[in-house]
Amino acid sequence: MNLAAQDIRHNLGRFALTAVGIGLLLMIVLGMSGIYRGMIDDALIVVNRIGADLWVVQRGTRGPFAEISRVPANLEHRLRAVPGVVSARTFVSHSVQREHQGKPLRMNVHGLAWPEDKGAWVTLTAGRPLGQGHYEMIADASLGLALGEKMVLGKDTYTVVGVTKGMVSSGGDGIAFLTTQDAQAVQFDLSGEAIRLERAARVQRAVEQDIGQVQPLLLERGGGLSSGIPALARPMVSAITVRVADGADLATVAATIAGWPDVSVHTRDGQEELLVYGMIDKARRQIGLFRVLLIIISTIIMALILYTLTLDKIHDIAMLKLMGARNSMIVGLIMQQALLLGALGFGIAWYLGGWIFPKFPRRVLVTTEDLLGLAVVVVIISILSSLLGIWKALRVEPNKVLS
Amino acid sequence: MTPPSTALPAIEVFDLTKIYGSGNTEVVAMKDANLRVVKGEVIALLGPSGAGKSTLLTAMGLINPPTSGRIVIGGVPVLDGPRPLVDLRAFRRHQLGFVFQKANLIPFLNAVQNVQVALEINDVPPRSARKRAMELLDYLGVADRANNLPDALSGGQQQRVAVARALANEPSLILADEPTAALDSHRGRQVMELFRKVAHERGAGVIVVTHDQRSLDVFDQTYEMEDGQLRTGQTPAG
Repeated sequence: MNLAAQDIRHNLGRFALTAVGIGLLLMIVLGMSGIYRGMIDDALIVVNRIGADLWVVQRGTRGPFAEISRVPANLEHRLRAVPGVVSARTFVSHSVQREHQGKPLRMNVHGLAWPEDKGAWVTLTAGRPLGQGHYEMIADASLGLALGEKMVLGKDTYTVVGVTKGMVSSGGDGIAFLTTQDAQAVQFDLSGEAIRLERAARVQRAVEQDIGQVQPLLLERGGGLSSGIPALARPMVSAITVRVADGADLATVAATIAGWPDVSVHTRDGQEELLVYGMIDKARRQIGLFRVLLIIISTIIMALILYTLTLDKIHDIAMLKLMGARNSMIVGLIMQQALLLGALGFGIAWYLGGWIFPKFPRRVLVTTEDLLGLAVVVVIISILSSLLGIWKALRVEPNKVLS
Repeated sequence: MTPPSTALPAIEVFDLTKIYGSGNTEVVAMKDANLRVVKGEVIALLGPSGAGKSTLLTAMGLINPPTSGRIVIGGVPVLDGPRPLVDLRAFRRHQLGFVFQKANLIPFLNAVQNVQVALEINDVPPRSARKRAMELLDYLGVADRANNLPDALSGGQQQRVAVARALANEPSLILADEPTAALDSHRGRQVMELFRKVAHERGAGVIVVTHDQRSLDVFDQTYEMEDGQLRTGQTPAG
């Protein structure tokens, strides 16, 4: 006869409620792991999918994922001339927040180096890659934009021609893929008034210098379009991504580029490390700490519940001792309940998590590894939490029956 | 029928003394108690509250060791003063049965399981334990309530189940502390007669602490305790 099972059957409602409570706590622990995993996975999506072997960035910076990096777009031509380089593409990425259908919409705008890169590497769930140099976009499903939907960004209207899933930035914002030129147009968009004021300021600055005095045409150009002034180059890009030919030595190519005095070069592993241990490191550690705290809290709550359950049975335990029950029988009674409580809690956490996590605003990625890890943790905390009850039960004297 | 004095002793206690506290707070709860109960004998332990009856009973039950004196159960010396001479818990398991004022049934086990658990504690396989438990419930007239939880049993039925549990491992000694205090006189007498039946039919020594003067005729011998002193009482006429 299993005493633990009989006791549970007798107090089924209370035991079930306790298991649900423990399950909810464990679900939060699982969710924290999932958020952590999701954060890392999100952060690495672009780096992994874009398939670049090297990231060439502004000298002295750690690249676009860590800080502002500005390199001239024509750097890509220089890089193509390096032996071993197969391709070099501009990389533009920035976040914008716009009003869409009356609600704020935050997105990460990612520039594709049209026409070489049409976004064919992006896994689409609907639609097609970019088909023209301007005014088309591929949008992640998390942005809530439907295929064919139009959206105004800056002064232009973009049509969603492709929809992808799970393509988000390290901040969790859905990615919108535009051509690099469009992405830059969105990034550097100024209002008409701001443009007029800038032109007036340019004219004023030129007037105050001798070149403005002796070159009247300069004043005229200064008051016109920016593109009409040769000194103002095309806006700079965040980085250039480089792919190295099969068989070429990555380290040699990287060393060649690193020798240039105006840029720094990072490998894909370097960028991944930078993302995980740099950009999201504090969030990662914070979630890790929360997870540890939640496990401690779960252990304490479980211990208190099991202690209370044991106190409720203390008279019965004394009676069992009076009848000569061995300690193993009494330890078994408490330990089995603790393990069953933990197992049920784990099952509830798993089931509820699978149902609730997909509804979270950020991706919650529950891996088999995390599930197994939590199962081990649950076994450990079940054993630990039963110790208080066991300690109390083993201290009970049989003559407690008389009281 | 009174067992012959030559019958095997269920328990013998020699000069049992129990002192609580020390110095100014010292209380002598029991002093130099001597008692011999043979197998098949049922005796009553009488006396006012605080006389030391429960102290003697719990000492004999090996759950409250005496300060001095010796206890021999079924011919085996088990306590020499507070010092155990055997594994007390294992000894209780095999040799002693308990019945209290409250039945103290385990609330999450039904009647038959309450008896069964005593057998399983003694390593009887579950199937045999259940069969034996049912036999005992039948013997005590509560087999029809075997699957009821204690809450669903009357006080008398609960005490019968408690007696069945005490008998489960065929102990040489059954100790009962005010077993009829929570019962009406009719049911109280039934339980007392049950003890007599158990003692005489099953050969166990039975010691019953009681205040109930109305059922003394069921006992083979009575003892009285007052101020920690044990003395032989009247031999009931019955």
